[in-house]
Amino acid sequence: MVEKEHLIDLQHISKDFDGTTVLEDINLYIRKKEFVTLLGPSGCGKTTTLRIIGGFEYPTSGTLLFEGKNIVDIPPYKRKVNTIFQKYALFPHLNVYDNIAFGLKIAKMQREEIRRRVEKMLDLVNMNGYGKRSVDQLSGGQQQRVAIARALVNEPQVLLLDEPLGALDLKLRKDMQLELKRMQQALGITFLYVTHDQEEALTMSDTVVVMRDGHILQIGDPKSVYDEPANAFVADFIGESNIMRGTMVHDELVHFSGFDFPCVDAGFGQNQPVDVVVRPEDILIVGEDIGQISGTVQSVLFKGVHYEMMIDAGETVFKVHSTVMQPQGSRVGLNIVPYNIHIMKPMPVAVTEGGDDEQ
Amino acid sequence: MKKLAKRSYLALMLLFLYTPIAVLILQSFNAGKSRAKWEGLSLHWYAELFRDQAIMKALYVTLTIAVIAAAAATVLGTLAAIGIHAMRKRPQAVMMTMTNLPMTMPDIVTGISLMILFTFSKIERGYVTMLLAHITFNTPYVILSVLPKLKQMNKHTYEAALDLGASPSYALLHVILPEISPGVITGLLLAFTLSLDDFVISYFTTSPMVQNLSTLIYSKARIGIEPTLNALSALMFLALLALLLVVNRRASKTAKA
Amino acid sequence: MSQNLNMPPWVVWTLVALLFGFILFGILTVKRSNGIKRSFFASPYTLWMVLFTIVPCLLIAYYSFTDPNGAFTLDNFKNFWDSNYSVNQLYAQMGPEYSVLIQRGTVNIDILVYSLWMALLCTGICLALGYPAAYFMADRQIKIGSTLVVLFIIPMWMNFLLRTVAWMTLLEDQGLINTLLKFLGFHSAQLMYNDGAVLLGMVYNFLPFMVFPIYTSLTKMDSRLLEAAQDLGANHFHTFWRVTMPLSIPGVISGITMVFMPSVTTFFIPRILGGGNTMMFGDLIENRFLTEGNWNVGSALSLIMMILILISLSILRKADPEGEGGGIV
Repeated sequence: MVEKEHLIDLQHISKDFDGTTVLEDINLYIRKKEFVTLLGPSGCGKTTTLRIIGGFEYPTSGTLLFEGKNIVDIPPYKRKVNTIFQKYALFPHLNVYDNIAFGLKIAKMQREEIRRRVEKMLDLVNMNGYGKRSVDQLSGGQQQRVAIARALVNEPQVLLLDEPLGALDLKLRKDMQLELKRMQQALGITFLYVTHDQEEALTMSDTVVVMRDGHILQIGDPKSVYDEPANAFVADFIGESNIMRGTMVHDELVHFSGFDFPCVDAGFGQNQPVDVVVRPEDILIVGEDIGQISGTVQSVLFKGVHYEMMIDAGETVFKVHSTVMQPQGSRVGLNIVPYNIHIMKPMPVAVTEGGDDEQ
Repeated sequence: MKKLAKRSYLALMLLFLYTPIAVLILQSFNAGKSRAKWEGLSLHWYAELFRDQAIMKALYVTLTIAVIAAAAATVLGTLAAIGIHAMRKRPQAVMMTMTNLPMTMPDIVTGISLMILFTFSKIERGYVTMLLAHITFNTPYVILSVLPKLKQMNKHTYEAALDLGASPSYALLHVILPEISPGVITGLLLAFTLSLDDFVISYFTTSPMVQNLSTLIYSKARIGIEPTLNALSALMFLALLALLLVVNRRASKTAKA
Repeated sequence: MSQNLNMPPWVVWTLVALLFGFILFGILTVKRSNGIKRSFFASPYTLWMVLFTIVPCLLIAYYSFTDPNGAFTLDNFKNFWDSNYSVNQLYAQMGPEYSVLIQRGTVNIDILVYSLWMALLCTGICLALGYPAAYFMADRQIKIGSTLVVLFIIPMWMNFLLRTVAWMTLLEDQGLINTLLKFLGFHSAQLMYNDGAVLLGMVYNFLPFMVFPIYTSLTKMDSRLLEAAQDLGANHFHTFWRVTMPLSIPGVISGITMVFMPSVTTFFIPRILGGGNTMMFGDLIENRFLTEGNWNVGSALSLIMMILILISLSILRKADPEGEGGGIV
């Protein structure tokens, strides 16, 4: 369970690089035993944030608190933090055992103690017996696990992971996602994870931090970020969605695609322009005459889990997911349950400070 | 038919390149002094070689300078390569220009400029100045051998070592150095070969008292060829050939890695 | 004979200041980092290079523009243009009757021109002989194997002196070639101590430097380009002229650079193979320094040489801006 105490606090962290601002006024806290994911497209600053916490980048301004103390000036080899790098960065001249034992040797641990811990780690990552193997003989997934073992054997309080699963194939990646989550909960360590894959973020995290262009756009648990994106960008980045311009007629009624839809959001004013988000799986296909709006099926794609259909409803083309196939060219009706219509202010960037949204 | 023509052209060229050397080596086994007459196979001149004081002294000078200069250049150059690799783009470009400078300067200018430096600083030319000169022209080559290896290295390996608790010096010694060691060794061998080989720069930075093999050959060649010279040249050729083959093989392995 | 080494104090202080500046630079680099910056490691090397490469160059520049007493002068360069400069000055001062004796000494310029001409010849011959060689070596149908390629390249690194000396055995009056000629009934020829011998020595030494870069750029060429050309209707000649040759230009430029420059500055090849008969620019500089002990003029000549080299380098670099030509190592 995530504890209440703040383990890491980033306060007004900014980073300039060769004249470009990479991070601007980042405020974020991470709690003990929390699995936090920094999510965003390339260049949003998520890796830089991670590296600042790891000690490999020096912030241009701001404070970095670890258990209440400012550690900005402390070099990485003195921080109680370990990192898993993007391409694992295993030491090629050392075998698996020596790679994992590296940090322990530096800490001048007894040989017996080292052996015990390394064996325990190999067991944890299911690589028993691989100790003597040379690193370049391992597959990507195996190297991955050695990198994890090498970091965790030092029993850090925080593990930083920089897109560790990027080089793995899909099935392996999905397996590893569950593995990592399992490990994190079993060991009770705080994980700070960086990825651009929103599905990965939603699967593993306790908290998701959506970033873009050096700013934090939204912080929340996976469900709130998914169901209630703060703005159009987040909505578009997380999951698939239909985003449309609409007008808030009044509380609980929004006009888009030529129809007044009842919804559950209020406080957006009267006749105000808004952004509307509806997930493809939330649009119900019904008979043409019973739908709120009607349209023609433009295309049908079989996606395995469901059919993805583009339905032209005049003003808008909707992306709809359904397990039932509607043939191309047929006329159908569309219904959207009010609860599934999410209204957002039509602004480009909205920053939510602090940790969790209060539930 | 065309293939034959092409092959012959190449063969002719190889002939052109190696005939003088082959003749030289052959002559060194000539029992007689004359260049024209073959008086039988003999190792006489090689024996003479080892008895000649001047030659042995020059050999000593050449070898010791090559070893010391190569070692010093390797240390200096490896550290420099690591430093340069860690620099930002602009300082890095400056450093690379400075590194390439001595290689674009004609050796005569390098030699003369160093001669001026030593005389200006009232340092007497001799063994030490020749050594300093050799270190100077060797180091850029070491840097150029080590840098590619650094570039091939996973850029996170050093950070991973720091992350796991290693101090920068520990990381340097136990992580970076082992990974770049092939480049370092190639650089060492290259520097050694270049030192053995050098003539022009040595000529200007030493005194007539302290000769290395090349300057000795030069002073003797101006008088005229003597058979011991042939033997010496033959030996030097073979030594250099062997060294160069080794360096070349290492360099191509590094390039493929 | 020996040079007066009294330097004006400002020179000494400038050099000391430079030294301190660099040490400071090194310290600053360390301070700015928080212990992670490894760029500090390059400081000893930087210091060394400043001391042993940059300062010597500055000294050459210094000597070029001063006279033996340390005073600023352009006389050294005037001496280059007119080797009788000092004498002519005297004549000019002595009165109009002596003005008829004023004759510009063209020795320096002649030697420079001669060196440039020889270098050009050498480069041209190396190109003419070397390009086909590189082309055949890179020809995929003739598999010559990497060992043979190495054999072509090795001479580049071997002792120039030895290779030049090797030719002596062949070219001498009692050398192998003359022996053969006499054996065949011809007269012995004066093969050494002339222009031809020097040129031969230069070509011999520098040929591999032309072959190697051209070979490198030819092998780097994508063979599918040739297939594409032939697919579009080009015969062998067209393919070569329009595809292969243009793409090999970076290598050619590199080769020309690596041959022309050493050719201009070589000094022992003309001395060993040419005796005293053919003096080239490198010879001249060595002569001024060691034989005459005239450091000022010698430095001025060196400076001129360096400038020439820089000019030719920048011209050549314009032709190959990407630096794609193969280099050494």
